[in-house]
Amino acid sequence: MILLDRVTKKYTRSEGEALHRISLHVDPKEFVIVVGQSGAGKTTLLRLLTCEERPTSGKIIVGGIDYDKLKDKDIPQLRRKIGVVFQDFKLLPNKTVFENIAFALEIVGASNREIKSTVPKVLALVNLRGKENNMPRELSGGEQQRVAIARAVARQPRILVADEPTGNLDPKHAWDIIKILGKINRYGTTVLLTTHNQDIVNKLKRRVVTLQGGKVASDRARAGYKA
Amino acid sequence: MKRKVITLWRIIHTGIVNFIRNFSLSMAAMAVMVVTLTIVLFSVITNAAFGNTIAQVTNKIGISVYLNNSVSQSQTQTLLNELKTLPNVKSVKYQSQAQVLASYEAQNASNQNLITGAEEIQNPLPATILVQPNNLNYIRNIKAFLVRPNIATLQADPPSYSGSQEAAINKITRATNILREIGVATVVVFAVISALIIFNTIQMAIFNRRNEIQIMRLLGATTGYIRGPFIVESIVYGIISGVISVSIIYFLFVASSNALQASSLGILNITYANKYFDNNFLILLTMQLVLGIVLGATSATIATRRYLKFKTN
Repeated sequence: MILLDRVTKKYTRSEGEALHRISLHVDPKEFVIVVGQSGAGKTTLLRLLTCEERPTSGKIIVGGIDYDKLKDKDIPQLRRKIGVVFQDFKLLPNKTVFENIAFALEIVGASNREIKSTVPKVLALVNLRGKENNMPRELSGGEQQRVAIARAVARQPRILVADEPTGNLDPKHAWDIIKILGKINRYGTTVLLTTHNQDIVNKLKRRVVTLQGGKVASDRARAGYKA
Repeated sequence: MKRKVITLWRIIHTGIVNFIRNFSLSMAAMAVMVVTLTIVLFSVITNAAFGNTIAQVTNKIGISVYLNNSVSQSQTQTLLNELKTLPNVKSVKYQSQAQVLASYEAQNASNQNLITGAEEIQNPLPATILVQPNNLNYIRNIKAFLVRPNIATLQADPPSYSGSQEAAINKITRATNILREIGVATVVVFAVISALIIFNTIQMAIFNRRNEIQIMRLLGATTGYIRGPFIVESIVYGIISGVISVSIIYFLFVASSNALQASSLGILNITYANKYFDNNFLILLTMQLVLGIVLGATSATIATRRYLKFKTN
């Protein structure tokens, strides 16, 4: 589902490499946690997957799409296939909860009827029924993150990428988010989660990829993690 | 096809909803647009009024050709026809000796001495042809025709466009030309300044919302779908600002023309400005709307561009 082959990323303005010859293979329906300290390259890895950044060298193939052959104008198409959740939620501030989720569906050309039936379903999935007409600023951090997840899964992507989704949340809300991600994974979506929260990693008992200084330090199934 | 209509409708709907939700920002942007568009409209109208004043001055300038008493009727007729065929001649008017005397008497009605004097020596005034040029700048062509030897012999005196009078007319021509150019330049300068100000205002408004653009980009929205609502919003600014600017000018010129006439020291012909505004109302309204819409849409298109770029390094 996700294949990285000796991927290196060097930012033009910084000295070293953010990622150095990373190779990673993720199967369909897998749940993978990427851990590592700040600056280890977790965010860069995810930004490469969403094509916010292009690799300096190496090959990336996601869901059968070879990024080398991806032109700028095809990037929107790619992003529609990947659900993304961010640490800072990235909800559209001038849109209601309903409109935020509807927007993700509008850009893939969903009909009004599809939107009206899908949005309540995904809001139910993240336990947010009844908040349709609230603006993002009226919600707590945990609620905003759940809206963001609902938005990411509304299009039923085969891959969900979550970049420290619990980073700004207290432990209780963080665990709510993780449970929702687990639920989505059970429905058949490949989930790639980055975090540096060792409690979450140790409780989940999933495959853990540890990044250190831009390299893969370890890659173990059902592993724990000590920060 | 149906999907395109739905997409277009969603873009328009989103643009209008954003306009309402960002009301304070919308108001600020529109206030700036109203001020600049009003200044442009004001300069257009005052320019037209000045142009009219200038035309009134220049319409009074023509060439008088003084005929010899010995010139026959047929010779006069030939001369009239020849003058009419000259380029740059607007009108040719013949006045017989009696008519010239009558208008001389009318002009000097208060000075009985001059009138009796003129009558005593049996009307010394020559029959006259008044030639009106189309364009004062090319008045010399007419003069060149009149000083040809065969034409000059028909005349009692050199034509009025000679000597010190010629110099005076040339000065007026130059002055009016400069005034007209200043008028046009003022309109152009105001239009350019207002375009720049409007562009900057919209750029600021969009700068405030660059995060939204980037988020929509991350969600996989196409350029058109992100940019569309911003363009719609700017077009709404343009339409409302255009209408408000026309209303302001309406109240300025039409509703308060008396007060204005008194305070403009007669430099600006308010009556004419009113008439010009009334007669050209639809054109002026269209001009303001087009200006607002085009400037708004172009500014929004350019201002969103930098936030829509993909990183390719």
